[in-house]
Amino acid sequence: MTSGLIVRTAGRLIVPLIFIFGFYLVAHGHLTPGGGFQGGAVIATGVALILICYYYKDSIEKFSPAKNFKLIEAAGLLLYICTALSGLVAGSGFLFNWLNASGGLFGHAVTYGINAGDLFTAGVIPVLNFAIGIEVFGALSVVLLYMFAGLRETTRAEDDAPAPVLLKKGKKGDRK
Amino acid sequence: MTDSTSIFPKKVVIVLVLLMTLILLLPAAGLTFGDPATTLTDQYYIDNSQVQTGANNVVSAIVFDFRGFDTLGEACVLFVAVLGVAMLFRRVRK
Repeated sequence: MTSGLIVRTAGRLIVPLIFIFGFYLVAHGHLTPGGGFQGGAVIATGVALILICYYYKDSIEKFSPAKNFKLIEAAGLLLYICTALSGLVAGSGFLFNWLNASGGLFGHAVTYGINAGDLFTAGVIPVLNFAIGIEVFGALSVVLLYMFAGLRETTRAEDDAPAPVLLKKGKKGDRK
Repeated sequence: MTDSTSIFPKKVVIVLVLLMTLILLLPAAGLTFGDPATTLTDQYYIDNSQVQTGANNVVSAIVFDFRGFDTLGEACVLFVAVLGVAMLFRRVRK
């Protein structure tokens, strides 16, 4: 992988914005287009940009090892299943939307018809959105980390070295 | 695999592929676009999803409430796919 100074600087600027946009997509999944799958994929794009900007070893040491992303992924799936099972306990069936209009978490009553939308409506649906978002983010990050682990990277010193003079007359068989 | 090891002769394979394509294209000949014009479920979702689930986004209401079990299956598929990738790229000690 080669990543120059421009890519590193731009990545440092863009990565937080990508994370915020992904979180927005997940959190507003029940109001605007988007949702858990899309938002999780966007956040995983930020992880990919981190892996490209900072070197794999650097980002593993400073950011997080792949084991943590496995835990995040499993936690997302468990949160989904537990939320679904809570409908069985508190409501009438598996995946029952028992938080809707209950006054608790995400429990505001929705106003019918065309309206701007309230973030704290829709009951179980935002919780499931977050669960799926966490799961997709963890899953795609694990895939990226495992695939990056197999690459041979250039070092930072190699990337920052002055560019070699191109169009130099090489010997025969110099490059294969 | 080379040609000599294949079970069928080449001509038979070509004929079979053409026949299969024709069979698959057969329904397209007599089909008009949007043909069962009245389906009841889509209008039901548009009318009732906001009232029944409380979500303003109808797509989200279908994915996470009406078809929530399907989404659970999708999440499990993703989990198993990542498991496969992790197994494929594992470190092998020599």
